Amino acid sequence: MGIDQNFKIRTSDLNLFYGQKQALRNISIDIRPHQVTALIGPSGCGKSTYLRSLNRMNDLIDGVSITGKVVIDEVDIYDRHVDVVELRKRVGMIFQKSNPFPKSIYDNVAYGPRINGVREKAKLDEIVETSLKRSAIWEEVKDDLKKSALALSGGQQQRLCIARALAVDPEVLLMDEPASALDPIATAKIEELIYELKENYTIVIVTHNMQQAARVSDYTAFFYLGQLIEYGETKKMFTTPEKKQTEEYITGRFG
Amino acid sequence: MKLQRKLIGTSVVSLTAIAAFSIIAMVVFVMWTIVAGAWGTISWEFLFSPPTEGMTEGGIFPAIVGTVLLVVIMSVAGVPVGTVTAVYLSEYASQRSLLARSIRFAVNTLAGVPAIVFGLFGLGFFVQFVGSGMDNLLTDGVELRWAQPNILWASMTMALLTLPVVIVSVEEAIKTVPQDLRAASLALGATKWQTIWKVVLPNSITGILTGGILAVSRGAGEVAPILFTGAAYFLPHLPTSVSDQFMELGYHVYIMSTQSTNVDATKGIQYATTLVLLLLTFMLNFSAIFLRSRIRALKAR
Repeated sequence: MGIDQNFKIRTSDLNLFYGQKQALRNISIDIRPHQVTALIGPSGCGKSTYLRSLNRMNDLIDGVSITGKVVIDEVDIYDRHVDVVELRKRVGMIFQKSNPFPKSIYDNVAYGPRINGVREKAKLDEIVETSLKRSAIWEEVKDDLKKSALALSGGQQQRLCIARALAVDPEVLLMDEPASALDPIATAKIEELIYELKENYTIVIVTHNMQQAARVSDYTAFFYLGQLIEYGETKKMFTTPEKKQTEEYITGRFG
Repeated sequence: MKLQRKLIGTSVVSLTAIAAFSIIAMVVFVMWTIVAGAWGTISWEFLFSPPTEGMTEGGIFPAIVGTVLLVVIMSVAGVPVGTVTAVYLSEYASQRSLLARSIRFAVNTLAGVPAIVFGLFGLGFFVQFVGSGMDNLLTDGVELRWAQPNILWASMTMALLTLPVVIVSVEEAIKTVPQDLRAASLALGATKWQTIWKVVLPNSITGILTGGILAVSRGAGEVAPILFTGAAYFLPHLPTSVSDQFMELGYHVYIMSTQSTNVDATKGIQYATTLVLLLLTFMLNFSAIFLRSRIRALKAR
């Protein structure tokens, strides 16, 4: 396999087990750089599990075993020599429930750079400002950087979490239903942000919301019962899906 | 039938109520007896002067100092060890692993060991084994310094006794840190240790302190572990080093009531000493409750 500039993440024959229970079956997806790839499917279909296998967050769960390959930039991330800590710096993650640390806004964003050894005040200030600007929340918080992050609204907290992830300068952003707990206005802001972020980052997003997948993503993967049913361009998938199951799910006949 | 049911209902309610009220009555009675007995004796002078006239007069200053020193040294020794153990158990050890289960079993067993057994262990291990080892090493066994009961060995024994309480309460405190925060930190490329140090411990520090204080207040009331490991019947001076013996409040009450040359003459002193010991313990408990309510208030915000 030569170096393929067309794909950022290549997954081949990925199987994942929680103990005896198989959660992912022979998943093969190649994800393109600087595009938004949406993972859709009913609850328990494996889309979140697949997402978490891309930065090895599944490692934290007892009894998970994996076969197959996930290659990011030509490196198999499940190879024994791969440093998980380094991997997670390159592949950032945004969680379903916004989870800022109970610290100030500034300290939240500076957390990543600090654990990477950045100590200079000027450098930290710069990273914090850039990250908050990139996540489109700078104007709202620039005067209260010392305020507790928990005082922000839900939508602001989620954008702060995005800023916090951007501060470690990742290449890939994994988003696990980032807007599912937010009101429509906050959701619209996050979607707008995703659209802007794809210029610099490769984004994989899990969503329950079909309209959201249609609005923000360039590619869509449909999961069902741990299997990948269909994967392709979002436009095509939402107009002329190849598989009947996909069509039924998208049109709301099940799930 | 209906009458019978009603009768049973009423008697159950009254029985449980009587049981509950008798607890309050007992506490009030105990406190009242102690305060009334101590009333004529307790004073600032009593608190700040040493015993005199073969311990039938005077105060309990050396015992207060000894108790405080004991509590401080045992906390310094016990709380860090307990915290580290709790961190290992809750953050590192796989919950089903043999090692984690063995540690838990050991902790539970330790919690059930009678205090007097700790005292004997302290005498055998700290005083006779570690102590004589140190004397042999430091002075070739010429000088007897560490191989005798002292405040250090008593504190170590007490630290062991309180270890299970510290471990269990710190583990509880650590468990209250949301899993989300750990995930957030790890997903940012933090190592496990960085996550524990920067997220888990700072967010459970008040719980750890509360646990430490509760453990300490439990230890402060125990006499058995220090019987053979360092408590002195009477000392004319305060301890000047950790290899000195010390006086302690609980032990003081014990010897006053059983070993004194004139037990009747010391009754006031016994009550007053008990009162001081109780107040010290209450103060520790109240500060723990205060800290806990502070955490709740902070979390609710």
